[in-house]
Amino acid sequence: MAKIVGLPKLSPTMEEGTLAKWVKKEGDALAVDDLVAEVETDKATMEWRALDKGVLLKILVPEGTTLKPDQPVAIIGNAGEDISALVAQASGGASAPSDAGPAAAPESGSRAPVSGPASGSGSPAPVSGSGSGPGPGSASGSPAPESGRVAASPLVRKLARENDIDLRTVTGTGPHGRIIKRDLDGAEHGTASKAAAAAPKSSATFAFSGGASGSFERLEPVRQPVSQMRKVIARRLTESKQTVPHFYLTIDVDAQPLLDARAVINTQLEESGVKISVNDLIVKACAIALRRVPECNASFMGTELLFHQVVDISVAVAVPDGLLTPVVRDADKKGVAAISAEIKELAGRAKNKKLKPEEMQNGTFSISNLGMFGIENFSAVINPPEGAILAVGTVRDEPIVKDGAIVAGKRMRMTLSCDHRVVDGAVGAKYLAALKKILEAPISMIV
Amino acid sequence: MSEELLAHYRQMQLIRRVEEEAARAYLAGKIGGFLHLYIGQEAVAVGSESAIRKTDWMIQTYRDHGHALVRGTSARAIMAELFGKDTGVSRGLGGSMHMFDAEHRFLGGHGIVGGHIALGSGAAFRCKYLKTEEVVLCFFGDGATPIGGFHEGLTLAAIWKLPIVFVCENNHYSMGTPMERTNPTSDVTLKGAGYGMATDRFEGHDVEVVVERMKAAVARARRGEGPTLVEILTYRFRGHSMSDPGKYRTADEVEEMKRTRDPVKIARERLLARGVAEEALATIDAAIEAEVADAVAFAESAPPATAEQMRQTVLAPSVAYPPRFDGAHAPFTVDAAPQADAQQGGR
Amino acid sequence: MRELTYRDALNEAIAEEMVRDPNVFLMGEEVGYYQGAYKVTRGLIEKFGPERVIDTPIAESGFAGVGVGAAMTGLRPIIEFMTWNFSFVAIDQIINSAAKMLQMSAGQFKIPIVFRGPNATARQVGSQHSHSVDAVYANFPGLYVVYPSTARDAKGLLKMAIRDDNPVVFLEGETLYGQKGEVPDADADEVIEFGKARIAREGKDVTVVTWGRPYVGVLEVAHELEAEGISCEVIDPRTLRPLDHGTIIESVKKTNRCVVVHEHWPYGGPGAEIVDRVQREAFDHLDSPVLRATNLDVPMPYAVGLENEVIVSKDRIKQTILKSLYKS
Repeated sequence: MAKIVGLPKLSPTMEEGTLAKWVKKEGDALAVDDLVAEVETDKATMEWRALDKGVLLKILVPEGTTLKPDQPVAIIGNAGEDISALVAQASGGASAPSDAGPAAAPESGSRAPVSGPASGSGSPAPVSGSGSGPGPGSASGSPAPESGRVAASPLVRKLARENDIDLRTVTGTGPHGRIIKRDLDGAEHGTASKAAAAAPKSSATFAFSGGASGSFERLEPVRQPVSQMRKVIARRLTESKQTVPHFYLTIDVDAQPLLDARAVINTQLEESGVKISVNDLIVKACAIALRRVPECNASFMGTELLFHQVVDISVAVAVPDGLLTPVVRDADKKGVAAISAEIKELAGRAKNKKLKPEEMQNGTFSISNLGMFGIENFSAVINPPEGAILAVGTVRDEPIVKDGAIVAGKRMRMTLSCDHRVVDGAVGAKYLAALKKILEAPISMIV
Repeated sequence: MSEELLAHYRQMQLIRRVEEEAARAYLAGKIGGFLHLYIGQEAVAVGSESAIRKTDWMIQTYRDHGHALVRGTSARAIMAELFGKDTGVSRGLGGSMHMFDAEHRFLGGHGIVGGHIALGSGAAFRCKYLKTEEVVLCFFGDGATPIGGFHEGLTLAAIWKLPIVFVCENNHYSMGTPMERTNPTSDVTLKGAGYGMATDRFEGHDVEVVVERMKAAVARARRGEGPTLVEILTYRFRGHSMSDPGKYRTADEVEEMKRTRDPVKIARERLLARGVAEEALATIDAAIEAEVADAVAFAESAPPATAEQMRQTVLAPSVAYPPRFDGAHAPFTVDAAPQADAQQGGR
Repeated sequence: MRELTYRDALNEAIAEEMVRDPNVFLMGEEVGYYQGAYKVTRGLIEKFGPERVIDTPIAESGFAGVGVGAAMTGLRPIIEFMTWNFSFVAIDQIINSAAKMLQMSAGQFKIPIVFRGPNATARQVGSQHSHSVDAVYANFPGLYVVYPSTARDAKGLLKMAIRDDNPVVFLEGETLYGQKGEVPDADADEVIEFGKARIAREGKDVTVVTWGRPYVGVLEVAHELEAEGISCEVIDPRTLRPLDHGTIIESVKKTNRCVVVHEHWPYGGPGAEIVDRVQREAFDHLDSPVLRATNLDVPMPYAVGLENEVIVSKDRIKQTILKSLYKS
């Protein structure tokens, strides 16, 4: 008996997904657990595996289509079944896009405050899906200006108050764009923020056609649909910056001992082929420092403060169209080599979007390192509900004064962004001092 | 005979003086809402009370101060009620139109014309159901006779032969509309024929006449012979209520009635004619003045009606859950053979 | 437990209470020798005699008033209206006399009376015989308004109504008389307290409050929706005055959604009262507006097709529930 199969809900917070790739094609036999397709969710590219055996009789949506969970995507049944009625039903009942443009969100037409008379005054239409028209802000690539009242159910308003969620960053799926409880699932659990809260980077994939000529005054910008990941980044970063009172502390450390230690360790490990990075050492040092200044390993939860008893370090990883933050669990307890191997493995899968959602959730502290780009110093955006994020700059050669003489030195600057609701200035400063002490005497890490 | 008439005189004079003082207080803003005065009709209530026992029942319209007084409610409790005080007979929750006195078996003043007539039949139904010898007097005005409640209340009492006397106090005006424009006949008792009901009709300015004629009707009810429709012709000297300018009748008509048919005056003159000393009446009048002055002073100084009482009387307390059966929940005990007032009514 | 019809459960309640208390009597049109227009009072005149089961002429104002007068003086009348539509000619006695007496007499005169009879649509009896009067009577302080949906509740609530010292407007679903349900044995003497809602079905996605005739349809819809993965919590308030809003509020705090289904017209009434209380007391818990499924706001037509459109239907109930879940 053939049946229509809807887009599977592949993460607890998945509000919509893009059918990234059909692995099976029409007519292919399916065994249980066969990979049917890959679906891009807000978190990652997920595998969709068959639950029943049968034949993929009909593919209803082309690759690149963005849908809500349960919207029809395929018909599965036995070979030779007449599925004309089901096809008719699916095309009639489903709101699959008729223009079938890549990643055209099905609701883009129906919500469309951009086309309403209020668009000029900046009606609340955050992230309304694909570029179905020249909405305000889409030309400049910046979000639509926010003003006016956000429509949200009373329950949602209460949850937003309790969890410090900025509703202006949430897309409502209820009538008239009302934000309802299900729209908060991601925000409520703070999971989406993991992907978004690391430092914004200029990893844009916009390719300006004609850019080589040096002049594109007359050229239209290239329009690109907002990916699931981009939506989350936009929402979570906006929320963090607007609701979390950030302050910044910068410290300069002598990186020479760190470089020396890395050289010694890598020499020792040479035979095993393992090579650790400065960043691996910094992750370890940060974890130990959090043990020494546990007040910095904390979260503000609205009605209570959490002081974490585990040290889980989120590490920002740039991926082709955004960034992800895989978590190194119990970094304080792991050796540097183990941390190094784990980060490599996680980063590799992050770039391929193969991370599982749970591998990006529930960190307690973040590190973002842009040193490899030569950035001397920067400030990162906190990844709520974490209380702080460390932005690490490059190691630079600098004359320093040592024992009254000017000598060549290695310096590294780091800036800690703190959520002032839970981490005060003195606590952040104390933490940085502890971190500096460890980094300048790496041998203490083994204590 | 003089002694009984003296008592009736005293009661009628008390009703009149209480109401005159109530009118004064009303004009002084101490009483609000409606105030329907009984002045001129006192002989009907006083004579009717005299024809029944204390264990019998009375129910009346909103013109109810006189009826409450004859049943036994104190002038203090009535005045305090008019003043909206907690010590009023209905604790300030009823007001002028809703004097209730369970202790004296006064089933209240009711504000909806005709609405209380079936209630009277219901009280009589209870007297019959419990096989008591009690009877009910149900009063209403000529203005109540066209309404359906009158018809249904009388019909049910008649078919079930209930022990009740329906007393139509015909003061000739249905508020401001004369009888000839509200009723197809000038004789209310003609309606009794339709109910197969005994009737009586007489002038009610002479309290002694009222006593005698009412006794006959009450006795019929007590014997189980069913209800009587009694029409008592009377006259109110004041307006329908305090706000009534009385344009529907002439000053001459009112003056003529006061001169010839004032029940208090008639009783007083008859007492003097029977040899009662002027001084004796003056003594009674003085005592009434003191009683009324005391009632006003009592009402003035009484504590106001309370929100607590108001809330507590929206609904009666729930019976224990699960309810415990303790016989009849009747607020009154059934007295099968009341002796005390036996000589007052019946034959 | 044995099964009884709603009709027979009511009959048993009256009979048991009349045995228990000699001051209880039954009065109304055709309640005696005719055995009741809807046969609720069948056999009672044989059991209790014409002194306690009293046939009246067609005079609702009269016999309702007689009931109030008898109640004032200590009896405990059960007044049957052949249908509640006819109570409109007696409404003065129910509201001005029964509901007001206790307070205007400062507590001196209790009115332990039950006004009862069939309520709401009977099917194709036209506009004057198709009123659901819960909205009318629930507006007045001084009255209890009771509306059982099951045979068991019908019996337990009627026994309570007869024992209570206050005037009770007891509404019986005219189309519910033949519904069967489990009822405890007579010697169980089950009396159901007023103001206690019954959770007819537990669920987690949406709270559906209903009473009277639509109750059966709501349960059927809840069953159908279960198959679609929607879990309805169905609450029957059983008494509309007093209203057990606490049970409703607690449920809404769990489900975040509320639908009220009733047969009285949508303008005002207990349906709107429940909506008001939910929005006031569970405001921060609502994820969607509180919705109602009701009869259409027109007098009841005769033609069966039109009548079906007017009466709150299973489809209207289902669509309203789905709407509250943002699924339609």
